[in-house]
Amino acid sequence: MFDRRLVINFDWVLLFTVCSLAGLGILNLYSATSGWAEHSTPFYLKQTLWLGGGVFLALFICCFDYRHLEYFSFPIYVVTLGMLLFVLLLGKTSMGATRWIDLGFFNLQPSEIAKLVIILVLSRIFGRTALPLGYRLRDLWLPAILLALPFLLIVKQPDLGTALLVIFIAASMLLFAGLQRNTLIALCVAGSMTAFAGWFMLHGYQKARILTFLNPEADPLGSGYHIIQSKIAVGSGGFWGKGFMAGTQSQLSFLPERHTDFAFSVFAEEWGFSGSLLLLLGYLFLIVWGIYVARRAADRFGMFLAIGVTSMIFWHIVVNLGMVIGLLPVVGVPLPLFSYGGTSMITTMIGVGLLMNVSMRRFMF
Amino acid sequence: MGLNTRWIELPVVHRRLLLFSVAAAALFLMLALRLWYLQIISYERYAERSTRNRTRVLSLAAPRGPIYDRDGVLLVDNRPAFTISVMRQDVYNLEALLPKLAGLLETDVATLEERWARGSRFPIYRPVPLATDVSREVMERVLEHSTDLPGVLVEVLPVRDYLEKGSEAHLVGYLGEVTENELDQDLFEGLQPGDYVGKLALEKAYETYLRGQKGRRLIEVDVKGKLLKPLEVDPALPGNKIFLTISRDVQRAADQAFGDQSGAAVALDVRTGEVLAMLSRPTFDPSLFARGIESEEWSELLKDSRHPLQNKALSGLYSPASTFKMIVALAALREGIVNNRRVIDCDGGFILAEARFRCWKKAGHGKTNRKKALRESCDVWFYQVGLELGIDKLEVAAREFGLGAPVGFPLAGEKAGVIPSRIWKRKRFNKPWYGGETVIASIGQGYVLTTPIQLAVMTAALASHGDVLQPQIIRRIEDWSGQVLHESEPRLIGHADFSDAAWQAIDRGLVAAVNEAHGTGWAAHLDEVRVAGKTGTSQVVRRKSDEEESGEQQEVPYRFRPHALFVAYAPADKPEIAVAVVVEHGQHGGSAAGPIAKAMFESYFKGRREVVSTIMNEGG
Repeated sequence: MFDRRLVINFDWVLLFTVCSLAGLGILNLYSATSGWAEHSTPFYLKQTLWLGGGVFLALFICCFDYRHLEYFSFPIYVVTLGMLLFVLLLGKTSMGATRWIDLGFFNLQPSEIAKLVIILVLSRIFGRTALPLGYRLRDLWLPAILLALPFLLIVKQPDLGTALLVIFIAASMLLFAGLQRNTLIALCVAGSMTAFAGWFMLHGYQKARILTFLNPEADPLGSGYHIIQSKIAVGSGGFWGKGFMAGTQSQLSFLPERHTDFAFSVFAEEWGFSGSLLLLLGYLFLIVWGIYVARRAADRFGMFLAIGVTSMIFWHIVVNLGMVIGLLPVVGVPLPLFSYGGTSMITTMIGVGLLMNVSMRRFMF
Repeated sequence: MGLNTRWIELPVVHRRLLLFSVAAAALFLMLALRLWYLQIISYERYAERSTRNRTRVLSLAAPRGPIYDRDGVLLVDNRPAFTISVMRQDVYNLEALLPKLAGLLETDVATLEERWARGSRFPIYRPVPLATDVSREVMERVLEHSTDLPGVLVEVLPVRDYLEKGSEAHLVGYLGEVTENELDQDLFEGLQPGDYVGKLALEKAYETYLRGQKGRRLIEVDVKGKLLKPLEVDPALPGNKIFLTISRDVQRAADQAFGDQSGAAVALDVRTGEVLAMLSRPTFDPSLFARGIESEEWSELLKDSRHPLQNKALSGLYSPASTFKMIVALAALREGIVNNRRVIDCDGGFILAEARFRCWKKAGHGKTNRKKALRESCDVWFYQVGLELGIDKLEVAAREFGLGAPVGFPLAGEKAGVIPSRIWKRKRFNKPWYGGETVIASIGQGYVLTTPIQLAVMTAALASHGDVLQPQIIRRIEDWSGQVLHESEPRLIGHADFSDAAWQAIDRGLVAAVNEAHGTGWAAHLDEVRVAGKTGTSQVVRRKSDEEESGEQQEVPYRFRPHALFVAYAPADKPEIAVAVVVEHGQHGGSAAGPIAKAMFESYFKGRREVVSTIMNEGG
């Protein structure tokens, strides 16, 4: 089963890009958490371990042909749905949301897995049926149901950020699969109407976040605090930044969540516009490379898999950065490879593993 | 798979992939533009906000201005004191900390809790004082245990030091923590909760002079307000120095002579109106307030029936009694009612409309002329003369001496007193004036009420033959570099217009009262200086009639005993100092108040024997 071509075709560029970005993230984490009392393993070391584990996982995923996944996608989907249901009934509650299954050594977050599984299922459906003229509404009932079930379970947790990301990922894949013009218009109208209706179903804190986003200065010490402090951190970085480990906003703890969701603020404060732009280019390269992998994929399933994973990473980046620099409301979405957190790292690295898998088997038929 | 392969080759897919790449790049461009906007265009604004975020301005306490006596002797100063404070952000277990600290400080937990609660108004980076001005032993004990006491620190803070231990408490006042109300006023601008400001008397009235100007220290803090490092310092300017007109020696002499009696004493410089001494008894220790008074101590002071917090020199109202007789005599001389030859026969009583008014001397003074009347304070003589004079003429004369109106002393709480007249009684009680009321007003009783400071002003005016000078308490104010900001000058607020002959007649009577046999003021007699003075015995309750008075030496309960008054000036022929003394329930003016006046004179004239002896020789 192990082919020499697999080694020759191994996507070193992708692995290098991912490791470089994660390396920068760890460096940034070192700075962000340097002032903290060291009660246990420092965050940057833990993150390094997660990265190591992630790379190992990604390489492990490369070992078998991704096409096997196509056959297992529905069983995996059912298991994931079961986990989401389990979380809803018996999950671990923290900060008002029930998102985790306590495995003892690790808190499993099924909604993270759900993102990947939805990519898998949609890739299988869209991969099987090529419609050169594009999909019509009546062709979409199966993907719609497969998307709606996990989506509703995630909304119920509640985890609006992940739920929206699931929608974004699915929409990206659907757009790539191609829609007839009328269908596209109908979906856009339906989507905006749902969004409008959805506003009235939001929780108080969720509404507050959106209102805060529209006018953060209205409550500078309350719900607007995160956005204001983050913008101050980013803005005061200037062109060259305040220097590594010299960001006052982050080092003096004005910035909340600076090792997780707001890790980019720390980076932008210390490295300035120049550093931020380089990081942004790095992420753009990763995305474009992901699309390139899709272009070169050996089959439709692989192509959709690559597009799905790439769009997942892409939307995480856009939503996180948009939030951190005040373009989007605060939703707890981490920056892939950069924010501290095992779950985010593992999910991303599984995605990267799938990308590499598709990439290295591009010539295999 | 064949279908799949061909599908991928379709240009539409390639176009879509290109479109996705472009869309991704476009969204990233938006992010980049936003970063450009934040980090380049709005850089200044956010940089400034970030600086403001991490810096705090700490104020540096300015040393409060010291207070000196007229000769530059320190009366009130600041002294460094050990203060045990807590930095609240470093305290994690208050329930454990306070009992531990209470044991070390030898106080109870409730007191510490109260102090802690008081600090809730302070900025978070300002330590909250839990025990002010502790002894060195206590401080060392706390330092020894400092590892068990997270957040506790020993600060060296200036504490107001009242060197005269309460002798001048009513005059200088005390300090207290600034209140919320005060912080809203312009006068207290720039102050923060926890700062001390003047709460009474001079400390309050001259607050803006004494306070000084706070310095600033810019520090870097983290999000919790924890101090990280100092950035720049802008030193504090000390408060101004105030030189009082008080002479510490005269003040101390009066203080010692007073003992633990209640009352007030005022000494004025006859020529300038400067207050040489002013005290009110009983007193309190202003340093209690300087370190934050406990509520028990405070309520004790409030409850004390002898009113230690009141400045009786300004707000104590007393019947002037016989000290008022000079005014009666002067008015009578001006109106031609008496002359040097008029003699009135005193048989110990005076009858008006079936009412009998007693003379203080039951046996009577016999034939009494003006000089004898003043010397021996014969009531009957003044009853007769006052009645002939009438209340309205008496009122005019009294007002010429500044009685019946505040003298305009710069401290709050001064009372106007009462000089009655027909109009006054009509307004006050809507009743006509009765002759009997004139009779008792003539010996300074009845409606007549004066404050000790008014009596002192009156006495000084008698001494200077008519110049009514406003009492001054501030001699000079200098800033910290020695530049003079303010210097007081004598201020004439009235003139009592009587003939030289009348003045001299009064002088002779007052000299006789102190220096001759039978004089009521003999207790103030001095060998080296000729003193002129007048006693007074102010009834607290109605004077007993003959029938009620069974035993002569009966013990009267303290609160019914009459107040003892004495007013005097010296030297008699070239007056420099005038005093007024009131000893509450002191019984007899001569014996209780006289020695206090004498002590002030002695202190004033000490070291000036040579000058004095020449005066003595001239005066005979």
